[in-house]
Amino acid sequence: MHHTIEVENLTYTYPGGHQALIDVSLSVGPDERVALVGPNGAGKSTLMLHLNGIYRPTSGQVTVGGLPVTDDNIGQIRAWVGLVFQNPDDQLFNPRVFDDVAFGPLHMALPEEEVRRRVDAALDAVGMQDYADHISHHLSLGQKKRVAIATVLSMHPKILVLDEPTAGLDPRARRSLINLLDSMERTMLTATHDMRLVADLFTRVVILDNSRVAADGPTGDILSDGALLTEHGLEAP
Amino acid sequence: MIQLQHLNPTEADTALHRLDPRVKLIVALSLILITGLMPSGAFGAYIALFALMMAEAIIARVSPVLVVARSLAVLPFSLAAVTLIFTGPEPYLAALPVTGWPISEPGLVQCVSIVFKSLISVQAAILLIATTHFTTLLWAMSSLRIPGVLVAIISFMYRYLFLLADEAARLSRARDSRSAVPAGSPVTARSLIFRARTTGRMIGSLLVRAFERSERVYNAMLSRGYTGAPMQIDPPQLCPRDVLIGLIPVLIAASLLAISLII
Repeated sequence: MHHTIEVENLTYTYPGGHQALIDVSLSVGPDERVALVGPNGAGKSTLMLHLNGIYRPTSGQVTVGGLPVTDDNIGQIRAWVGLVFQNPDDQLFNPRVFDDVAFGPLHMALPEEEVRRRVDAALDAVGMQDYADHISHHLSLGQKKRVAIATVLSMHPKILVLDEPTAGLDPRARRSLINLLDSMERTMLTATHDMRLVADLFTRVVILDNSRVAADGPTGDILSDGALLTEHGLEAP
Repeated sequence: MIQLQHLNPTEADTALHRLDPRVKLIVALSLILITGLMPSGAFGAYIALFALMMAEAIIARVSPVLVVARSLAVLPFSLAAVTLIFTGPEPYLAALPVTGWPISEPGLVQCVSIVFKSLISVQAAILLIATTHFTTLLWAMSSLRIPGVLVAIISFMYRYLFLLADEAARLSRARDSRSAVPAGSPVTARSLIFRARTTGRMIGSLLVRAFERSERVYNAMLSRGYTGAPMQIDPPQLCPRDVLIGLIPVLIAASLLAISLII
């Protein structure tokens, strides 16, 4: 039952009363790649913050790798789910690249040797091996996005959850990030507006609109349904 | 991108640059403490301490003029000491024209002492920053067992200072881009109060943005297993030679303190 995400009848109401998610159900199987699309404010980011227990459902249940998201399981679930935030300046909160990539492994109480090995491997995987001692602020957006992914790869997550990985990147940085994601054999749930990324990388698409799941199906079927896309403010690639 | 050059160490690679950051941090803090403890009016000792700072600057190949110039930034904060001049005890030197406030001699001495002491303390901190990279300094703090939460706060300050400075620059660029003037008007058509209000709103918006960012950053920390417990890689042993080098300025300053307390 590893590498899976089960969301059952999830409803979430923000403290101010705004209903961000209404009766959302979603199931992602092992090594499946699912794209989460929909207009701004549809609830995509709110849903993602439920997958590692930052937010807890007002009603309904979230299960990750067979474990329900509860206070008892939260440490294990955060090690399994690598959540990469949209803005790398939120994700990279240490001055130095090394410290950010080491943050997760250090909190898993791994020995120093292992931490260093994982930092090297993670930076290597995203092509940033020469930047361990750089100051995050001085990196370009594309480099920051890569380092942000390295900060969760160093935790050896079973599931990657990415929020807008290609937003704001120039074509070359975008292409190399897509190649990077394509090389990863993992369960992947990605929120994006980039429909060409969806067509390139994902086998399944979930449309979230107005706090509800509006459609869920194979990428080919969804992207060829022009009426459905238009209805939810999306465009075919 | 805003560059806060003052926060970066100088390019030179001197003995002071290479000294263990933990030693430098303790030396700088000790020098500041000793300076603070100096009795009021010990001007000879202040000059000696100032000379010590300048000697360090020369060893570190940092321009002494630059160190003094940057330390002047503390002067506005010393303003609080000015009240001492008018509230101090007798003897009075003179009275201020117009208001007639008496100028107290001991008050004046105290005020000038505080200004000197704050300048010297800031110079010690400037020399520390000029010879040590901020990230190294953070490492030194945590390996000296300074509580992790404090180190984390200082680390965030450094990390997000740049971003906030960028954000402030973007806000004021956006304001300037829309601050047009009708044809034939002077440089600005609006009153000082109007412009002050705009600036006030910008500061408010910066505060709200910083607050919202702090929530997102905290979520990113939680996502990677943050529990509030301090985490770090064990620091290497201190090298005795570095400790010895560090002792020299501290001992000089401490003996100055002892002498001026006795005299």
